[in-house]
Amino acid sequence: MSTLEVSPAEPSSGQSDHSVINDFSIQVATVNGSGSQTANTVLMRAIFQMGIPVSGKNMFPSNIAGLPTWFTIRASKHGYIGRRKEIDFLVAMNPETAREDVMKLDSGAAVVYDEPLKLDALRSDLHFYPVPFDKLVGPVCPEAKLRKLVRNMIYDGVVAQLLDIDMQEVRKALVKQFGKKKAKAAELNWGAAQAGFEYSAKTFTKTDPFRVERMNATAGKIIIDGNAACALGAMFAGVTVVTWYPITPSSSLVEQLIGYLRRFRHDADGKATYAVVQAEDELASIGMAIGAGWAGARSMTATAGPGISLMSEFIGLGYYAETPVVVFDVERVGPSTGLPTRTQQGDLLSVALLSHGDTKHPMFFPKSPEECFSMAIEAFDFAEQFQTPVFVMTDLDLGMNNWMADPFEYPKKPIRRGKVLTAEDLEKLGGFARYKDVDGDGVGYRTLPGTNHPAASYFTRGSGHNEKAQYTEREDDYIHNMDRLAHKFETMRRHVPAPEIHDAPGAKIGFIACGTSDYAVRESCDQLRNEYDITASYLRLKAYPFTGEMTDFIRRHDRVYVVDQNRDGQLLGLMRLELDAGLIAKLRSVRYYGGLPLDARTITDEIVRQEGK
Amino acid sequence: MSTSTTPSPKKVNRLGLEVLNYKGSKTTLCAGCGHNAISERIVECFYELGVEPYKVAKFSGIGCSSKSPAYFLGMSHGFNGVHGRMPAIATGAMLAKRDLLGLGVTGDGDTASIGIGQFMHLVRRNLPLIYVIENNGVYGLTKGQFSATADIGSKLKTGTLNDLPPFDCCALALKWGATFVARSFSGDKKQLQAILKAAIAHKGLSVIDVISPCVTFNDHDGSTKSYSYMKDHEEALHELDFVPFFEDIAVEIPEGEVMDVPMHDGSRLRIRKLERDYNPTNKLSALAALEEAEAKGEVLTGVLYVNTGKPTFLETLNMTEEPLATLPESRVRPPQAVLDEVMEELR
Repeated sequence: MSTLEVSPAEPSSGQSDHSVINDFSIQVATVNGSGSQTANTVLMRAIFQMGIPVSGKNMFPSNIAGLPTWFTIRASKHGYIGRRKEIDFLVAMNPETAREDVMKLDSGAAVVYDEPLKLDALRSDLHFYPVPFDKLVGPVCPEAKLRKLVRNMIYDGVVAQLLDIDMQEVRKALVKQFGKKKAKAAELNWGAAQAGFEYSAKTFTKTDPFRVERMNATAGKIIIDGNAACALGAMFAGVTVVTWYPITPSSSLVEQLIGYLRRFRHDADGKATYAVVQAEDELASIGMAIGAGWAGARSMTATAGPGISLMSEFIGLGYYAETPVVVFDVERVGPSTGLPTRTQQGDLLSVALLSHGDTKHPMFFPKSPEECFSMAIEAFDFAEQFQTPVFVMTDLDLGMNNWMADPFEYPKKPIRRGKVLTAEDLEKLGGFARYKDVDGDGVGYRTLPGTNHPAASYFTRGSGHNEKAQYTEREDDYIHNMDRLAHKFETMRRHVPAPEIHDAPGAKIGFIACGTSDYAVRESCDQLRNEYDITASYLRLKAYPFTGEMTDFIRRHDRVYVVDQNRDGQLLGLMRLELDAGLIAKLRSVRYYGGLPLDARTITDEIVRQEGK
Repeated sequence: MSTSTTPSPKKVNRLGLEVLNYKGSKTTLCAGCGHNAISERIVECFYELGVEPYKVAKFSGIGCSSKSPAYFLGMSHGFNGVHGRMPAIATGAMLAKRDLLGLGVTGDGDTASIGIGQFMHLVRRNLPLIYVIENNGVYGLTKGQFSATADIGSKLKTGTLNDLPPFDCCALALKWGATFVARSFSGDKKQLQAILKAAIAHKGLSVIDVISPCVTFNDHDGSTKSYSYMKDHEEALHELDFVPFFEDIAVEIPEGEVMDVPMHDGSRLRIRKLERDYNPTNKLSALAALEEAEAKGEVLTGVLYVNTGKPTFLETLNMTEEPLATLPESRVRPPQAVLDEVMEELR
């Protein structure tokens, strides 16, 4: 049958000359609903288990079955786990996209493909490995209806053979993926992987340079998606009321939270120490969360852009009536429905100023699962400490993709519930004024409904109110209250997580970015230094309001490139609102808004262009 | 407030509280507004039943009706939220503190227009909440526009006609599965008192649609929500009495004339027959009675339906009995061993 069809004009002869070890990306192109997710996760995990830093990014359609999907696995001995634009190793399983996928490859890339697609005729500068998947799947999967699902596991075996991935690691990953309950399915898939491996071993002579070698860079690490990490953070923060409405890409945050809560948050008598309610829409989910926060629960919701738009009115109430609540915004591509399964930092401006009138909200920007976990915990404390809605801004890339991470650290500090007066406190004080700035930090004292004291009650309202929470339309009352809220925001500025700063000695330029832009920015800093002799400092924002460190950083540099994953430079826009003209003049914009995770080359090319190199 | 040592000349309830302790700030609504009468009934009922004010939480949306929680139960926490979304706030608060007695006050715009969706889902969930719709068929606070309960054919001062038929909030609530549905009139002191008291005793959601005339914008001839229309067309289903659990009055009642509905807390809603035989535990007859009354131009009042058996939303959630809001850290933050276990699974 098939003999190896080596391209005549091959660029990289023989693997021994210049092998590319642990530094390449694999792309698997399939059709969604074909069960490829399992095969892809197993492949990624096998590489991870060999100690090699790895990342996996799923580019999937907003669809249940039948549309193209791509999964990219990047192995990087340097530990770069951002997206890499260039694909080195393609697994072409989808007839609809195969041609375009192959044409986009750089010269020298390798292609494993479904034999009937005859892709080898398209290019002469690639390494082709045709595999007759349909012929191979029959013997290992007698049950015809399962073949579609098992078929993909064959490419795991082929790729493992071609890249030197230890098959025992593939097996281990498979067992982990299927769990003890689905041992039979694991065995079936293992058979398919072995068939692929054997076919490859006896059929192909390897001509491409890519392979893996064991390292020790992943010992002790975990693999987790950001949504699961946020969910764990919420559970360990002691969340008690979760109200939500399903929306991509945030649904799996709450779904995984429900899974954890069911396992770990029931009393010995089986009763839950939490409530989860799937609301009728986002208006209700945020309303319930605010009602619960008002009554003293640690409450949260999770959503994405369209949900944020719907929540706008209630967030204004939360801000003005001063009720704690935590909102996880897993950003996706807008406007409107946009690209629901693609990533963007598209909600920064709208969330910062969400709702009508003068409103400002604190935002946390985790970049990794570790920070999703720790910042989720911090967000709940922060919301109660400052009696205001707090937003944890992640994105689809962080939320839904699998990331390598260090095991999470158990929270060291006890839960902070903020300024809540009990009946005993009221007995001593004789009374209280809900919105009076007693401590000079802009944060008043509150009581919870159900507090057994005649002086405990107050009337919460979204209309104008004075220090005693009484209705007012007086100019001085209104201004006094709004100024206190502004002062409270300034207090928050001193308590938000400080930015992470990498000062490069002698650097004239700097980067400012937040969240998942981090991976591309750091890799770009290396590319700029190594390829263009440009040194750049870097400040990664962890929160809004911005802190003095950011202002100082801009002052120290001639030009500062603000990296945005949106069209309009929203992070830059937010900075403009706070900085003086001299500093604003130093700001430059680097933007990417194509919906894929940001890659280093895009930044590097743009800096080189703007720096005139 | 306490009256324990010296005998007080003032009248007090079973908690030793005066009626004053159940009042709120002075109303800012128009003189003669039906809503003010409803506020007074609320004060009386909570006082007479001896409900601890600190255990009550008041909720409202936006509109004239929604301002009124400031005018009663001043010793209870209140939350005046956003337009049409009071049910969400009340739901969240009740999830957090299940030991509260929730009292929601809303209007016909707040419930039947902007808030119909939240109203519907509130009913579906059977949240423990007293839900009073102060229904005047008009937007008062924005000066006279139509709500979704406005009469078809009614006319604005500008001459604009309302071409659309009104929603019947009671019929809708019945259809959606409400467990306590009543209609009353702000001018019917005795009936409204009995209904409110029964609602306080009901463990699930109580939907109480109270026709509450707007003296400024909708009290004119031709309005079905005017004082004069209600005086002429109110058709009481029955005569109501409420016997609280702490008053053990065992009086022999003639068979067939009176029906006692036992409430969750041991109180009884005593229903005395008028002209018709009406069984408020039959949903179909409730819907039929509403349809018939509508066809005759009558406003049927009384307890249309009561079902004391259905579990409340909070009961379906399998929550611990203690309010979630005040659980100690030891019960809401799992120990280090749990984190270790999860981390091990992810390796």
